Amino acid sequence: MATIKIIIQNLSLQYSDGTESLRDINLDIPANAITVLFGPAGGGKSSLLRCLNRLNDLTEVQTISGKILLDGDNILDPKTDVIALRRRVGMVFARPVVLPMSIRQNLTYGLELAGEKRKSRMDEALERGLKLAALWEEVQDRLEDPAIALSGGQQQRLCLARVLANQPEVILMDEPTSGLDPISTGKVETALQELKKNYTIILVPHSVQQAARTADFAAFFLQGELVEAAEGKELFTHPRQKRTEDYVEGRFG
Amino acid sequence: MNKTLNRRETIISAIIKTCGYSAVLFVILIFFFLLREGLPALFEVKLGALLATRWYPIENHFGILPLITGSLIVTMGAMLVAIPFGIGTAVFLSEIAPRWMREILKPLVELLGGLPSVVLGFLGILVLSPFLRVFLDLPTGLTALAGALLLGGISIPTTVSIAEDALDSVPQGYREGALALGATRWQTIWRVTLPAACSGVLTALMLGIGRTIGETMAVMMVTGNAPVLAIKLASIFHPVRTMTATIAAEMGEVAKGSTHYHVLFLIGLVLFIISLGVNIIASSVIFKSKKRAERVLS
Amino acid sequence: MKRRFPVDRFLIQRLGVSVITLTALLTIVPIIGVFSYIIAKGAPALSWEFLTAMPNSGMRAGGILPAIVGTFYLTLGTAVFSVPLGIAAAIYLAEYAKENWLTRLIRIAIINLAGIPSVVYGLFGLGLFVLFLKFGTSILSASLTLSIMTLPVIISAAEEALRAVPQSFRTVSISLGGTRWQTIRKIVLPQALPGIITGVILGLERAAGETAPILFTGAAFFLPHLPGSILDATMALPYHLFVISTQVPGMPIQIQYGTALVLIIFVLGMNLVATVIRSRARAKRQW
Repeated sequence: MATIKIIIQNLSLQYSDGTESLRDINLDIPANAITVLFGPAGGGKSSLLRCLNRLNDLTEVQTISGKILLDGDNILDPKTDVIALRRRVGMVFARPVVLPMSIRQNLTYGLELAGEKRKSRMDEALERGLKLAALWEEVQDRLEDPAIALSGGQQQRLCLARVLANQPEVILMDEPTSGLDPISTGKVETALQELKKNYTIILVPHSVQQAARTADFAAFFLQGELVEAAEGKELFTHPRQKRTEDYVEGRFG
Repeated sequence: MNKTLNRRETIISAIIKTCGYSAVLFVILIFFFLLREGLPALFEVKLGALLATRWYPIENHFGILPLITGSLIVTMGAMLVAIPFGIGTAVFLSEIAPRWMREILKPLVELLGGLPSVVLGFLGILVLSPFLRVFLDLPTGLTALAGALLLGGISIPTTVSIAEDALDSVPQGYREGALALGATRWQTIWRVTLPAACSGVLTALMLGIGRTIGETMAVMMVTGNAPVLAIKLASIFHPVRTMTATIAAEMGEVAKGSTHYHVLFLIGLVLFIISLGVNIIASSVIFKSKKRAERVLS
Repeated sequence: MKRRFPVDRFLIQRLGVSVITLTALLTIVPIIGVFSYIIAKGAPALSWEFLTAMPNSGMRAGGILPAIVGTFYLTLGTAVFSVPLGIAAAIYLAEYAKENWLTRLIRIAIINLAGIPSVVYGLFGLGLFVLFLKFGTSILSASLTLSIMTLPVIISAAEEALRAVPQSFRTVSISLGGTRWQTIRKIVLPQALPGIITGVILGLERAAGETAPILFTGAAFFLPHLPGSILDATMALPYHLFVISTQVPGMPIQIQYGTALVLIIFVLGMNLVATVIRSRARAKRQW
């Protein structure tokens, strides 16, 4: 049915202090859909996300093995251009991290890194990102204001817009709404439904309910292991594994 | 575009890395130079002669013991001043003074730390030593005592700073716990807070000692510059000469390459090693505060 | 049972607090006294002529312009060498270095450099710059000597300022496709700059007040004119004060106090600037 954007093959990861690890993960991420990785804390979901944009390079990783194919290319290969990779695969973090600059500068930061100098291009990308993140109307008149002046929900949407301004293909989201009120959360989730038409989205939700609301495709992680994965709401209505069922039913977590 | 970015990144990283290692390079360089110019002294003057008690280079007497005792007596005297007053002030600022007072007084003490030592030496000559001469009925005010008082004063800002940080970082819970058990404020300070800040206070002491041994100008100006062996208690009322003052006073007049020249470098080497030792001990003491690095270097 | 115990305790408390307060008083009052005394005795000497004229009558009259200019040159020279090197080294420690034995060695070296007596720096400067490299007694030799002495202060302050910048900024920058140096240049360094500048000024303030390192490397007392190049020796405020208070008979007291006051103003003025920068930066911070 849908094309597969990312193929994760036999991925195993161990940190040098022995914490969170991944054990032999095999998963296909479909393009232009929202894939949800859910499960209790310590399951390896964040670690997996960080592998997808090679952000794990910043941490003390002991061993990593397996392959991650993005459009067929193994991004774990040492010869990979990680800079280009990170532009293709953007990330939104759990806490909104706005850079200590104006709203405009936050949005154009990624392009500046890439060497973009043309103001017109940057303005275009900025506007597009803000519209896709459903933030344009709220900030279009105050782009020069410091980004820190925005509310929490607005800041997080700014972070999303910032990623979008960079024109990625994949958007990774690590509990993006965990600090937000329900209205802001709703706005983000609505934006995602629009975004998935053109972007591949991989989301770590902050609750099973959010997972159920947003998933086109879901994968359940438990202590580094991929327990099961299925299309749509399958995992939440008819899980095959007992462990999945127990977690979804709230018997542990 | 990526290739040039990459190349620039590597060059810049290399430059930064080299600069990072520079500190080690300089320490080695300094040690090497001191060794180079100081070691010949060990050959030109026998070890026994170096450890003699007479320092009179004009007649080839290179006994450095009077200089060492001079440094020691001034340092110890300075510590006797700096410790009680420094820690006392720190306790006052941290535990007793109201907040607004602390905000005013703490910068004031730090201001003293910013004064160049030559200014304090200057005041020592014009104000302190005449005062001591009159007050204690001495033949001259330029004595080890003057040096000790002055150096104590110079060390106080550093001591106060570090000790106050140490006291500040004792968790409030300790104090509250003691008070809840019925202790008075004084008992809390004396028996709970102060001991808890022990390692920080010790660090303050060690760094104070390190700075005092290395002080040059102020001592040179007020201690009288007489290289006399200072081992009696009464010696504190006599002029002395420290190692640092010796180098400063005599270096300008020596011929390069002469024995005197080499011996002065040897003294410098000794000072280098002493300060190395003191600083390593001070830095390995357990107290680690965020601002400690700032204080070490102030 | 007689209950004398509580009374005793509070007596001890009163005593203890009084002793401590007395100690603090005995420390603070002299500090205020020192400043007031120098200001009182030195202010009369301060005049436009004093600050801008050359000295005459063997330094016993006239102004101290060459000493002021000399100190300014030396401070500038120190800055030129120690600031770029110090900041680069701090960037290495804060952003690049891993926590291994080599990094620990660097940190020990920095602590050591900080503890070396100033007169030993003078010896080193004499041995290396004046004699070995044949720069002679010059602004160059003195500045280089002072730079190495100031280096640990700058490195330490700069590193602390860099570390204070939240790690999350770096992570975000990297995730948007930035390299390590781009992240440093565009975010970390600008945000750390006020702290770095404060540290630099405090380091230079110390260099400006030091006498021993310049004694044999660049300072001179009796110079008929201002230094013409960096290979010339120069007069300097701290050295000038030292000589006129110890070695020149018949030196008017007022000039001595005036010189001391000028030196203090120079040094503490820098302190003030640093403090102002620090508090303004703290107010404007966007994190």
